Amino acid sequence: MAAVSMTVNGKAVTGNVDPRTLLVQFLRENLRLTGTHVGCDTSQCGACVVHINGVAVKSCTILALQLEGANVLTIEGLAAPGAPLHPMQEAFRENHGLQCGFCTPGMIMSSLDIVRRKGNNLDEHTIREELDGNICRCTGYHNIVKAVAAGAKAMAKS
Amino acid sequence: MYAFTFHQPTTVRQAANLLAKNPEAKLLAGGHSLIPVMKQRLASPSAIVDLSKVEGISGVEMKGRSLVIGAMTRHADVANSVVAKEAMPGLAAVPGSIGDPQVRNMGTIGGSVANNDPNADYPAACLGLGATIVTNKRKIAADDFFTGMFSTALEDGEIIVKIQFPVAKKAAYEKFKHPASGFALVGVFVSKRASDIRVAVTGAGSNGVFRVKSFEEALKKRFAAKSLEGMSIPATGMNSDIHASAEYRAHLVGVMARRAVAKATA
Repeated sequence: MAAVSMTVNGKAVTGNVDPRTLLVQFLRENLRLTGTHVGCDTSQCGACVVHINGVAVKSCTILALQLEGANVLTIEGLAAPGAPLHPMQEAFRENHGLQCGFCTPGMIMSSLDIVRRKGNNLDEHTIREELDGNICRCTGYHNIVKAVAAGAKAMAKS
Repeated sequence: MYAFTFHQPTTVRQAANLLAKNPEAKLLAGGHSLIPVMKQRLASPSAIVDLSKVEGISGVEMKGRSLVIGAMTRHADVANSVVAKEAMPGLAAVPGSIGDPQVRNMGTIGGSVANNDPNADYPAACLGLGATIVTNKRKIAADDFFTGMFSTALEDGEIIVKIQFPVAKKAAYEKFKHPASGFALVGVFVSKRASDIRVAVTGAGSNGVFRVKSFEEALKKRFAAKSLEGMSIPATGMNSDIHASAEYRAHLVGVMARRAVAKATA
């Protein structure tokens, strides 16, 4: 076992983990933050996307110990319980950007990274290209793309 | 995954010492090839030496007539580097075609080159530009570095520190992507630097990245896509799998080479 400490959703956390522990396991099993999902576990599907120091990363393909001192943001960190949703979350709700919802946390975390890199005015082609690393097995992409465009615009206003 | 011990050195020397002490250790760069194969238990290192906290081995800069990229530079950082895009847009475009955005946020040039996956993109860029791989011990020419599928000239305890790319006036990469994995079914990097003309192919050969001398000779007469018209390479030694036959890959080498030259001369 080895000690690790990092900041998750603004809170300092520590853990004592087997070196094999993936970040997504640490989040889900140690911290009980189960909004980050494990879909494929092979860095294809993007259900596990979180932000590490502001950048979107697949948390199934990074060891918790690599994150010593890092700043991690998960879907739970976007809006406090009871508070209004983050504009991107709200856009997914408004546009029905989900069917079963399993891929949604990863889609939203990736969408925020797209806004960071590409700005608030996103055309459909850009969104589809940039969602390359996120898979929706319900194939609900049409509304997801609409949601990302609307969420990006709403973020500019908020 | 099998159990391992985890180490996080802050200098190249510390990392080298850890490798010397743990003969079964593996270096962890971006981890987007190593961690998946550890999950599959295809790799079972006794120790992981994480390079992410090692200082001074990431970044992109011009040094004389070379573009120098630190081993731990992430794909996204090379793709977005103003220095790289100005010096050699043909090279800067290579990392943008790797994996997906999240993978590019973690994957590194040093990891890609050291792994020498037969379908990886950076090995083609290194060989196609005549790059120099600088380790903690020596400098290795790309022509001597890639020694076969997943194998390189790196010795035990050797760590890639940076890669020097001589700036070529004309350089471009064309890739026929596997639609699901994004890996190169066939990728061709071409460059022209004074009289040095190179054509390097990834994804196609069953022994990893290789140069196509017949194409290089043809391009020496005139560096234009037309010089390669009708040319292809023999199918012997090409990969053959459910995605593409050896013959198809050999054919694609010609097509991608012509497109790459057209892009480089556009």
